[in-house]
Amino acid sequence: MTDQLLPFPGQTVGPFFGFALPYAGDADLVPPGRPDAVRLFGRVLDGAGRPVPDALLELWQADPDGVAVRQPGSLRRDGWTFTGWGRAATDAAGGYSFTTLRPGAPTGSAPFFALTVFARGLLDRLLTRVYLPDDEELLAADPLLSTLPAERGRTLVASQEESGLRFDVVLQGDGETVFLAYPRTPAR
Amino acid sequence: MERASGSSEAGPLNVAVMTATAGRPATAASSDAARTTQAEISAEIAALAQAYQRERTTAGDRTRPILGYAPYRSSILRHPTLEPQLVDPEGIELAAPVFGSRDVDPLEADLTIQHPGEPLGERIVVTGRITDADGRPVRHQLVEIWQANSAGRYAHQRDQHPAPLDPNFTGVGRCLTDADGVYRFTTIKPGPYPWRNHLNAWRPAHIHFSLFGTEFTQRLVTQMYFPGDPLFALDPIFQSIPDEAARARLIARYDHDVTRPEVLLGYRWDVVLTAAHRTPIEPEPDDEGVDR
Repeated sequence: MTDQLLPFPGQTVGPFFGFALPYAGDADLVPPGRPDAVRLFGRVLDGAGRPVPDALLELWQADPDGVAVRQPGSLRRDGWTFTGWGRAATDAAGGYSFTTLRPGAPTGSAPFFALTVFARGLLDRLLTRVYLPDDEELLAADPLLSTLPAERGRTLVASQEESGLRFDVVLQGDGETVFLAYPRTPAR
Repeated sequence: MERASGSSEAGPLNVAVMTATAGRPATAASSDAARTTQAEISAEIAALAQAYQRERTTAGDRTRPILGYAPYRSSILRHPTLEPQLVDPEGIELAAPVFGSRDVDPLEADLTIQHPGEPLGERIVVTGRITDADGRPVRHQLVEIWQANSAGRYAHQRDQHPAPLDPNFTGVGRCLTDADGVYRFTTIKPGPYPWRNHLNAWRPAHIHFSLFGTEFTQRLVTQMYFPGDPLFALDPIFQSIPDEAARARLIARYDHDVTRPEVLLGYRWDVVLTAAHRTPIEPEPDDEGVDR
């Protein structure tokens, strides 16, 4: 693999994605009334602690058995097929809310959602993880979380509240969310 | 990541005020934003470009935008200050969502037929091939675009630019790449438009692209520009990418072979995503090139 092509740079999603990227049912990976449905919600905040009303989040996750499903239909949901992918624009108060299922993970691994963050003012997308708070031992043993200082690692763990799992995205400053980069693994 | 610039207008207080108001309609625009001239923004862009030239051997990856790029005022409070945490992708991060014919109607790739009448402006085709950095085509994957109309106006309620809306043009399209990673849209060439980053700020004409790869890690949202745009040097969003060659990758090229006689002009824009981490274990049926 010596002749690598050069990847293209990102550019901001800008202020006007609202008429293009959101779609009916985008944030409901499962219907809200489903008994095992869980709500993943929170706010996107800027470096002054103010809500970001023009951000867009994308959720990508395994099913409850830890399997990455390969099912089309995220853009036109049928109400029954779990595709593992959804999209939510923030509201005027910077809030977002997904209705989904708890992701599973292989035995011994801490389950997480993969989350992509876009916003006006954000020149390239940010990638992060949202860990389930359920199992302290798994979280403590996680290869990523165990390399982070405790207060940084906490930014990646959702909190269980009565109305669901809360996860705030802090773009900058106090409690800044840990964002991730994935270097290419060394050649085999 | 933010470096000092030569402009006295770029102090943190002014910047915070400008950021707070940058998204509102023109009537509420900050007077601070209105006071910063294009010349001052251009001086900041030039100073950052010079700093990049001086430090280029130590500057790291400058083929992506600098997230905290002060000439783009809205970036100042909306970029992480800590370096991204390096991690090996696991589980779901090694896969990408799947989209299919139930998600996207083939007609959604033609932005000129979404209304009863003909849209105004210069009809064009934009086509290209999406691969990863190893040259593997991204097959049967979703591509989304959105853009302003020929007059530089978005069909979005927050776009207050007093240019006409076109009742026959919305400016949103989708398609799936084919078995060779090729996408193709028919649309109208978008116009440049003013924005409120500073006084007399204009964006170069562009089409927003949203692209998926075969892995979560490859997600890309970017903008495609048109060759020869006189606004490139003035635009802080385009100039936030320090490396000139990397910026140039975002510019489509005119392709006379795509142009259709007496109908429309053709542009070609091939896109490269980052390399996938996972190596395909078994060859996919399409690897034989039957669809080429």
